[in-house]
Amino acid sequence: MVMVNLIVILLIGGLLAILSERISDTMPRKVAMAVVLADLLYLLICLSGMPEITQLQAPVANDPSTWLMHFKADWIPAFGISIELALDGISLLMVLLTLVLGAIAISASWTDIVVRKGFFEANLLWSLAGVLGVFMALDLMLFFLFWEVMLIPMYFMIAIWGHENRGYAAMKFFIFTQASGLLMLISILALVAVNHSGTGIWTFSYFDLLNTEMAERTAHWIMLGFFIAFVVKLPGFPFHTWLPDAHTQAPTAGSVILAGILLKTGAYGLIRFAVPLFPEAALNFSYPAMLLGAAGVVYGAVLAFGQTDFKRLIAYSSVSHMGFVLLGIYAWNELALQGAVMQMVAHGFSTAALFMIAGSLQERLHTRDMREMSGLWQQMPRMGAVAMFFVVASLGLPGLGNFVAEFLVLLGLFQINVWITVVAATGLITGAAYSLLLMQRSFQGEVNKKWANYGLIDFGSREMLTMAVMMIALIVLGIYPQPVLDAAQPVLQSLLELTASPTVDVVEVAQ
Amino acid sequence: MNATMFSSLAPILILSLTAIVLMIQASVKRDQSVAWVITAVGFALTLWGASYARDFTQPVTILLQVDHWSLFFTSLITLASLVILVLSRDTFSPEGERKEEYYLLLVLSVLGAVVLIQSSHMVSLLLGMELMGVALYAMIAFPERGQLPLEGAIKYLVLSACASAMLLYGFALIYAATGELSYAGIGAKAAAAFAVNPMLIMAGSAMVLAGIGFKLSLAPFHMWTPDVYQGAPTPVTGFLATVSKGAVFIALSRFYMDGALYQYSGLNTALVVLAVASMLVGNWLALRQENIKRLLAYSSIAHFGYLLVVLIALAHLDAGLISQSITFYLTAYTVTTLTAFAVVSTVAGEDPAKQDISAFEGLFWHRPLEASALTVAMLSLAGIPLTAGFMAKFFVITVGIQSDLWGLLAVLVVGSAVGIYYYLRVIFAMSKSTEGDGQSANHLEKLLVLALLASILVLGSWPQPFIAYVGGL
Repeated sequence: MVMVNLIVILLIGGLLAILSERISDTMPRKVAMAVVLADLLYLLICLSGMPEITQLQAPVANDPSTWLMHFKADWIPAFGISIELALDGISLLMVLLTLVLGAIAISASWTDIVVRKGFFEANLLWSLAGVLGVFMALDLMLFFLFWEVMLIPMYFMIAIWGHENRGYAAMKFFIFTQASGLLMLISILALVAVNHSGTGIWTFSYFDLLNTEMAERTAHWIMLGFFIAFVVKLPGFPFHTWLPDAHTQAPTAGSVILAGILLKTGAYGLIRFAVPLFPEAALNFSYPAMLLGAAGVVYGAVLAFGQTDFKRLIAYSSVSHMGFVLLGIYAWNELALQGAVMQMVAHGFSTAALFMIAGSLQERLHTRDMREMSGLWQQMPRMGAVAMFFVVASLGLPGLGNFVAEFLVLLGLFQINVWITVVAATGLITGAAYSLLLMQRSFQGEVNKKWANYGLIDFGSREMLTMAVMMIALIVLGIYPQPVLDAAQPVLQSLLELTASPTVDVVEVAQ
Repeated sequence: MNATMFSSLAPILILSLTAIVLMIQASVKRDQSVAWVITAVGFALTLWGASYARDFTQPVTILLQVDHWSLFFTSLITLASLVILVLSRDTFSPEGERKEEYYLLLVLSVLGAVVLIQSSHMVSLLLGMELMGVALYAMIAFPERGQLPLEGAIKYLVLSACASAMLLYGFALIYAATGELSYAGIGAKAAAAFAVNPMLIMAGSAMVLAGIGFKLSLAPFHMWTPDVYQGAPTPVTGFLATVSKGAVFIALSRFYMDGALYQYSGLNTALVVLAVASMLVGNWLALRQENIKRLLAYSSIAHFGYLLVVLIALAHLDAGLISQSITFYLTAYTVTTLTAFAVVSTVAGEDPAKQDISAFEGLFWHRPLEASALTVAMLSLAGIPLTAGFMAKFFVITVGIQSDLWGLLAVLVVGSAVGIYYYLRVIFAMSKSTEGDGQSANHLEKLLVLALLASILVLGSWPQPFIAYVGGL
């Protein structure tokens, strides 16, 4: 029930946020913040009764009783669809990330949103609820439902509170993800139909569908449907084109949720569903997938280098960083997978922070064009210092979370394929180039006279507090990543065992 | 005929009686509100009649087949007609105009639809279709002033006449080949006749298909749809989109199933062509529409294309899942489309300028209930989870996968992806910030919109009871 409550609290919180607007104009954001923090607290209290994460036994992938939590109730028994939620180390990490970044997003919306605040906070909370559902649902139909429904509040956030070109961006975002979602729906139904024809049972449960026997060709096509849906969301090259528009046009809180959390649902889907459900088909497909990942790393970095729009640059850098995740997943060994999970968490924080800085700049300067910014450090030293921190985090400075992540991915990948590793490693260099360029153009250099008498206000205590949370998170991840690795390790271990034999083949072929 | 047959015919008899009472009332005292009440009571009694007749399911002569399936659809279209009736009250009550005949036409048209649903014979099929159609011509052209209704009615009249002519010619060819007019008789004899003279059966069925294709506005027989949808008064458009098309589709499914026509691959190919063309043409042409009624017209073309996939699967699957899917899809489609037209009717009325998508801007902020209902209806038409439309699409895809219709499914995905664009345009327009008037609908209409909204969500989020019920039909 804990998992159901987590979602329901957010859904009801959304309604409260709308209603609270009648009390006062500033009430919705307070309500929303309280709801998210309460949700987080509730989860932590429930977890405290559980065994230490570090002492977790490895959950057996197809035995729900070994998972941290498991909940199942009938929903549409006619088709074997149930409300099945479960939590293991990886989903727990993602759920925690979601709630923490949710609170950060609400903080980002504190002054950014000026109209229809109640409805905005409600949409924010509802999209968080949808994401939580995605990370916990283990009935494929329920997963699909959350996958699709979480987009609707996101669509509204972009379409109503977005920037100048919001209509186009919201539409593009929705169509890309919906169309790929339909492919996934067909894949899900095809998988269920294959299982039904073999066993005579209608079931959408992940635990029943693991080890479904099917012809190699069938598995290949069904896997491809999942793959495309997840890679569009990730986003992987060449399906990334919705991302720069959506991220750039979304309001700050929307960008934080999009980049920080929504992208991770794609990676999570690959780790949880696309590979384990079709181990052979997916790992036979690992070379094309890794090539796409490497292409994403390089292409994203090159395009980021060419941007003049502050937010667009960060958006393209996300494409580059998520390329590492794709590489890590399809290298499919423990090191690389650890790196991918680490990258999901670390990128969540670093990008969220950068988007918040971009939002703060836009709120103050009313532009995102870096050609008009220069020397802002002098007027806003605190913001400049914070930006510097997250820029170097994003470019992979050792000692911070992103470095650990990318290093682990490259290390794992090196065992699989040296050349792809070499290509991907260039992403670290180009990453340094565009990240420092961002810093130079906006915060360093001569002071642009335009802003001299503009009365720019530096970060206040609320902003500094929010930033501090993310800074501490990145430093801890960088210096002492063990808790995250420990949480993910047993899960990854059991997934690797589940798919054991094909992995060996791939490694042998590679060497 | 024996006594229980009259019980089986309860819905038809009650509707006929309602029509007679309305005629008598018009000759005694012409009064709009009395006519409205009589019609409402008539529909309510018909609903009761449909549930009463459930204990007397049987073939009634060779013309009609009263079974649970047809009685379910009788109830569904009667309910839909009640919704239309509520919407019609304001549309047709301008001061000083006498509009009682509208209710008579509505009742007659519903009667035709019920006959069509229960038909098991080509004669009753034609009778039902004509009764429904002829009443509809007059309903479309009912507003005395204005060119659009007249244009729509004339187009519908001429093309329907062509369709009926094709239908009749098709019947004649099939009769020439088999010597039978009842579906079951055709099913029994067509195989033998096909062996002797395949062209006669093929040509005959193709003509029937074309005739029915006109009524369902399947591409390439869809030309009349947008003009008629736009021209007709909004409640009548809603009636045409749900009751009329639903009844014709049921008749087609019965003809196809009982006549065992699915065993001829030539006909299946023809259906595949119609389905693909409808999915693509409907979605493609909807993209550029500015008028929401025209948009819904093209969307309905696409939706009947999706539904045809289920009928095509009949060649591969047993009828149980197929009829279940048809039932769910048509129910979901009816509820969703009625919601959309109910909102258009209450918000835009009969003013063509207010029916533009741009006229819906800001609706979220001055009329949240109607805007939410239209949003959910659009999401349902687009097939987003938690709405009835998603479960409907779920059925279609499940059936398609089980029959290995991968090509059709690919077209369905492309069509749906294109469709999302124009459904979202409506939602996007409503979410824009504008200054607007805060006028609101009357309570009855608000209640109606709320009920329809709730049924879309219940069908989509908790479909188990309904699926179980449909499975038992």
